[in-house]
Order: sequence, then structure tokens, then C-alpha cells
Amino acid sequence: MTAATVDGNPAPSGPERSSPPKLIAFFDRMDAYNNVLLPLLAIVSALIVGALIIGVTDIDRIKDGDIGGILSTIKDAYLALPSGALGSLRGISETIVSATPLILAGLCFAVAARSGLFNIGATGQMFAGGMAAVWVGFSMNGPGIIQVPLALLAGIIAGGIWGGIVGLLKARTGAHEVITTIMTNYIAGLLTLWLLKTEAFQQPGKDNPISKTVSNEGRLPKLFFWNDDPSQPLRAHWGFLVALGGAVFMWWLFERSKIGFELRTFGSNADAARYAGMKPATLTTLAMFIAGGLAGLGGASQIIGTNFNATESFAGSIGFDAIAVALLGRNKPTGIVFAALLFGILEAGGRKMQLETDVPLDVVLVLRALIVLFIAAPALTKLIWRLKSEGSTSVLQFRGWGA
Amino acid sequence: MELELRGITKRFPGVVANDDVNLHVRGGEVLALVGENGAGKSTLMNVLYGLYKADEGEILIDGVPQHFTSPRDAIAAGIGMVHQHFMLVPVFTVAENVVMGVEPTTLGGIKLDLATAREQVRTISEQYGMHLDPDALIEDMPVGLQQRVEIIKVLFRHAEIVVFDEPTAVLTPQEIDDFFVIVESLKADGKGIVFITHKLREAIKVADRIEVLRRGKTVGDSDPKTVKDTELAEMMVGRPVDLVVSKEQHEPGAVVLSLRDFTVRDPSGRLLVDHLNLEVRAGEIVGIAGVQGNGQTELIDALVGLRRVSDGTALLEGQDITTANPRDIHHHGVAHIPEDRQREGIVKDFDITENLALTGYYKPPLSKGVSIDWKAAHTRAEHLVEQFDIRTPSVDTGVGTLSGGNQQKVIVARELSRDLKLAIACQPTRGIDVGSIEYIHERIVALRNAGVAVLVVSTELDEVMALADRVVVMYRGRMVADLPRASTTHNEVGLYMAGAKESAA
Repeated sequence: MTAATVDGNPAPSGPERSSPPKLIAFFDRMDAYNNVLLPLLAIVSALIVGALIIGVTDIDRIKDGDIGGILSTIKDAYLALPSGALGSLRGISETIVSATPLILAGLCFAVAARSGLFNIGATGQMFAGGMAAVWVGFSMNGPGIIQVPLALLAGIIAGGIWGGIVGLLKARTGAHEVITTIMTNYIAGLLTLWLLKTEAFQQPGKDNPISKTVSNEGRLPKLFFWNDDPSQPLRAHWGFLVALGGAVFMWWLFERSKIGFELRTFGSNADAARYAGMKPATLTTLAMFIAGGLAGLGGASQIIGTNFNATESFAGSIGFDAIAVALLGRNKPTGIVFAALLFGILEAGGRKMQLETDVPLDVVLVLRALIVLFIAAPALTKLIWRLKSEGSTSVLQFRGWGA
Repeated sequence: MELELRGITKRFPGVVANDDVNLHVRGGEVLALVGENGAGKSTLMNVLYGLYKADEGEILIDGVPQHFTSPRDAIAAGIGMVHQHFMLVPVFTVAENVVMGVEPTTLGGIKLDLATAREQVRTISEQYGMHLDPDALIEDMPVGLQQRVEIIKVLFRHAEIVVFDEPTAVLTPQEIDDFFVIVESLKADGKGIVFITHKLREAIKVADRIEVLRRGKTVGDSDPKTVKDTELAEMMVGRPVDLVVSKEQHEPGAVVLSLRDFTVRDPSGRLLVDHLNLEVRAGEIVGIAGVQGNGQTELIDALVGLRRVSDGTALLEGQDITTANPRDIHHHGVAHIPEDRQREGIVKDFDITENLALTGYYKPPLSKGVSIDWKAAHTRAEHLVEQFDIRTPSVDTGVGTLSGGNQQKVIVARELSRDLKLAIACQPTRGIDVGSIEYIHERIVALRNAGVAVLVVSTELDEVMALADRVVVMYRGRMVADLPRASTTHNEVGLYMAGAKESAA
């Protein structure tokens, strides 16, 4: 028995719900309540809980009853975060380096999510893309204008195929993408490890699994190209622009293109998509191909922009952090760019925080986890901030198992 | 026992669902609560049942104010509710379903005492003439009997006031008659009955008093012995209503749709549509009557390409469309108003413009190359909103926020606003307001007058009788009757629907 049986549905989630709090018409249009206010409140909530955690883990000061000292630690830590990340060109560069793959992997998750698929396979898709890109990277030597796009394209295709397999499996057999992406992540990781030990990939003279290095011509240009101070290398590269391009692509895909309209329809209401003559099997495969392509592009840009060679762990936890990024960005391209930059700030700033205060870098992980927690549980955030319910705010709308 | 609702007001953001509603019902009395969908009937009952808390007003039982915070409180106070959608476990027996949650136990509460449960169920069943076998499985029972299980569930929990929410919606005409007999016996036993419905004739037939609810307010209390259904309809809608669809004689033209031995099976091979032969002509409305679940859904799904045809052929103006997919069907000039509006017909998260583009987005004028021309879609949407009288603040409004009637108009506008040969309308007016019903019926008749072949599928017999030129009845996947509307009656069609009669159709 739910409110759904009310005739005329005057339930809060039903028709005729009132419009969001009348801030400004502009905010109304962009659905400010769900897309801006809730994420911001989630961040603020996370910072508050994070402060409590910093406080209660400061055992020595608690023993001394040094409340003032605790408060100043919290203050120092939270000031170190933005100043470390944005206070210098170096900081900004590191923020961008961290944010770049997160944007692309976040877009990967979001494209699938808006098509109704829960793709947690970004890691595997990044491995696929990165390995394809590193191969193009070390087996050619320029010219860069050809080699770099070729490496990125190889990344897109490899990642796309890796994701597309999952889509095809779902379309053909109904295999749930959560299971298959977990499996393809394992396969991709182990395949990478194996490839890195083959003669074709392994760096000559090395015992550990590490690939040959990408040729100088095959690397993405630096973003801050005017910097020539070798003691202060600025690592940010054009991969960031590629990532922004990916965000624009996703916007175009979903807001303007026919395929995107089909994907959105399929993602929101698969029955209506079938009724309208769209082809669910094709759409499932295509959505996973595009998503995988974006993650593959992320892997490629990471390899030919940041790392220059592949190791067994170059994808790290990016694929999973990106899920948090996409959730925080509410699966919208603009939101994802901002969310990824925020995560970049936490990462880049966290190092300074650790150096300057006694607060460990792990607090950054806790903060990220808390943000995700508050985002994924909008009801909790609303409860804390005493907001009235305003329709459905869940970002997690996926079809059930076997559906 | 006497139940009284006094001054109940319930507000939801942006809408007052119940506005100072007063209601009372005594034991041994049947109160019919009539009103359109959205008038606030169910909200009121949910307040009574402890699911919603009223903003103002109080509930009194025998003069004592009650505070219900959950259905448990309402049940304890002697209020029982039979919901429109049954809440039964299909693989459990009647007795198991009845005692669920209040199981009689032995051995200090750890052993389920099914023997006692069976006996109690049998007693209640016989007392009210319901003839239920306590050991029958729910999944083997027709809907009419399942409803009786729901009634026994309520009586088993010692309800003195029984609320029925649209109880006849899922029943055949004959089952409805049986249901009314049970209502009479409950009444004779001193139970108070609240009968929620939008079917006026039923209210007049069974009720001792009729209360009309309009836009959350009680607008009148009528005596069913004297009131006419047109008067009730006027009270319900707030203006004079034409209950009859006006329709001139019209000569049908050439055959547009022709089904030959059209057969649909489920994956296990069971027949869902059994060798159906049917022709629909230009300028003719063929109405398919039948109780829900007799193959109508599968017939239409197969016809429009959403389900595989197992056997037989479908010809559209002589062209074979048996294996065509939904897009091809659309191309051939077939409109499809789907049975389940929310599930198939609209995408609730999309705005009106997007929903109006749902079936035509892929071709000009709505698309340019690989992208959609949203400007064109927007202009077209504004045009359609005006043409089809869709009540909305703008075309950018989310379709999920519209009333059922306006959602249906969005679908009707999308499907009927192009060159058509055949229009298929399934449950075209289910759960929508009288104004929208009139409008959609007019549109359907206008299509027919313009020479389009029309197939209307409805489980509301009144709707089929009002619209159709020819009435076809489906029973257990077979077409059991094909009758000219002019020479048939509600009663005759009802008998076919119940499977009691079969002609050489």
C-alpha cells in the first residue's frame, strides 16, 4: 500500500507538486534544488562530519582537553585543502591531473546510467583503452599530430569494445551488467598484467610488469606549455581539454542527438522505448560501447598524458571514484566536470594538508566517502538540513535484476 | 457501529485533496462515495485507514475520537479495506492468505494452527454465502473469487465497517451481480459498507445513500431511489454532462485490417490468442469487449509488433504486417494508444515536447541528420497542446506532473495527429476525468467519420457499447461473438464476456 493508489495522485511525488522553493527563475530552470542545492549540502554535510572525525581522532589533544587546539587543527586542515589545490600553479596543475581521468570515467558511468545501466566496469574499460593507447604510443614515433589522435582513438575503440561486450551480453542473454562488469574488470586487470610481461609490451631489461615508454612525439602536450622550470614540472596536459570535449559530447548526445534521445527513453522507460519502435538490444550494446569508449579515452589520456607507460595498476581506483563523481554530478556533464574538479582539489590539497598538519591523507578518502553517502541518501541530507521533500531526488534509478 | 469523518482536510503540496469533508456511515447501511478520479476519494479513505494523517478534522467511532497512525490502528478499531488491487500471495491457499499476519497458533505461539484457520475461513465463507474452498490456491482462482478472499480477510479481522475501493473494476458483469449479493448479506449482518466507485449506475443500484465528492469537497448527498445518473454526473463534474456519445450513421468502406487465424502463444506454448479472424473496415469502429486478461492485450501487442505472432496473418490494406516491428507499423499509418498509459505511452521524466516526439523523432520534420530539431519539436508541441486541449502551463512541463486525463491527451495528440489508416485505442479513457473522456470519445468518432478504421479495446463495457459500430467479445483468447452494436444489448454482451454463451463467430 503506497501513495500510488491515491486517485488523482495528490501524493508528494505525484502530479501537481509545487515548484521548487522560489529562488530565482534561473535556478528553477536548471532544477537547482536537485542538481545544485542537494550536492552542495552533501559537500557541506561531509565537511562537518569530516571535521568531527578529525577532532575525535586527535587523541593527544583530547587527552589534554585542548579544544582550542583541535579547532585550530580542523581549521588548518580545511584551509590547507583549497590552498594546496588552488593556491599555486603547481596545485592547480595537480588538481587538473587528478580530475582529468575522473571526468572521462565519470562520463562513462553517467552515459550508461542515463541509459538505465549500472556500469561499474570503468576500471576494465580504462585498462583496455590504456593498453591500446600505450601500444600506439611506444610502437610509433610521431608525428604527434597523427600519433596522439591515433592513440586516443585506439583507446576509445578498445574501451568501447570492452564495454560493448557487456552490453551485448546483456542484450543477448540478459546477463546483469553489474555482474559482468565486475568480471570484465578482473579479466582486464589480469590480461593487462599478462600483456605487460609479454615481449611485445614489456620494457626491455625489466623484471616487473611495466610497458615500454610512450615516444616523445606520442605524448599529449602540456597544458601550461610556457612553463620551462624543470624543478617545478607542471604535469597537467591536454587530456583535460579532451575530457571537457567528452563532456560536450555527452551533452550533445543526450540533448540533441537522435541516439541520445533513444538512450534516454530506454533508460527512463524501456517499455515506452519498445513501444516507440526503438530497439532495446541495440541500445543496450550501444550505450555500453559509448560508455566504454569514454572510459577507454580516459585510460588513453592517462597513459599518453600523465604516466607515459602502463603498469598493472595504472587505472588505480579511478573507475570507482568516478562513480562517486557521477553521482555527485548527478549524471550531468557539467556536474561531472565540477565534481571531478572537487575530487581533484581534495586529492591535490590533501597532500599539502598532510604535510602541514598532522591530519592524514586518509581524511580525504573519508570526505569523499561521506559526500557519496550524503548524495546517495538524499533523504538523510534533507533530514539534516530540515528540507521539505520535493519529489524524487534519487540519482540511482536502475532497473531491477533480470528486468 | 457508527463511523463519522468530521471536517477532514488533507493538503498536499500545491493541492487540497480533501477540503472539510464530512461523512458518516452506520452499521447495516451502504454508503456509496462517488467522484471522478482525482476528486479525493482514495485520499479520504487513506486518511480513514491510517495511511495519511489529516491536517484537520477528526475520525469518530460511536462518537469517540480516534487517532490512527497506521492501518493497524484502523483495523483494531474495526475498519477493514478491500483494495482495488488485491494483496494476496498467489502460491498460498485461501486460508493461508486470510490468516497472514494474525495466524492462529498453538504450542505457545510457535506452531501455525492451520486447521483452526481453515475452519474459521470456512465459517465466514458460509455465513455470507461466498462458497470458498479454504484450501484452494489463489493463483487458480478467477478474480471474482480472489476478491472474496480479500473480503474474508477483512471480516476475519473483525471489521465492522468495510470499505471497498472500486471493487467492480476488475469483475465481469455477472461477477458484479454476485458481488452485490455479498454486499447485501454483509449489510444484513449489520456491517457498515463504504463503496467507492465512479460507476454511477452501480452506486444507484446498491447504495442506501450516495455522497458525491468533487475536487476534495462533498458536494451533495443523494437518495439513490430518486436521483438520476445524469444528475449525479453533473454533481460529480460540476456541469451538465452528455453521457451518450453522439454518433451519426456511417457506412463502412473497404477492409483496412484483416486478421486470419491470428494466434499468439506464450513461451510455454499456451494459447493466448486463439485463431482469431477479424476484419475492420474504413470508417468503422470495432469494439473489443472482454474481461481483463482474456487475450486482448496480447492480441494488440502482437498486432503492433511488440509480441511475436505464432500463427496466422495480419493484413493492412492487403499488405502483410504479421512480422512487422513497431516502427514499420507506425510507418504504415497505424496509431496505437497503449493500454497502460504510464508504462508504455509516456515517459514520465520527459517533458511534453519530448513525449510528443516519442514516435516521430527519427524522421523529418522532427529530425535533421543525426540530431533532433528540438525547435521544430517545440513548435509542433505547442500547436498540438492547443489543438488537443492539453491543459498544461507549458510544453516544457514534465508529463509526470499532468493529470491522467491530460497525460492521455498527450498520447492521443501524438498518435492521432498524422495520416492514419488504422487507429488502435486500448483502454483509451481508463482512470481519467469525465471532461477528457468526452473529448477523447469525440476524437475517436471523428476519426471514424474521416474514414479511418478504428479498433477500440476496453474492459469497460459501457465504453465499448457507446463507441462501437460492431462489438467483438473475447473470452479466453477466442473471439466468442461478433455483434452489430445496433442489435445487441449490455446483457447479451455481458453473457459472452463471462463465457456463458458462445456464438459461431
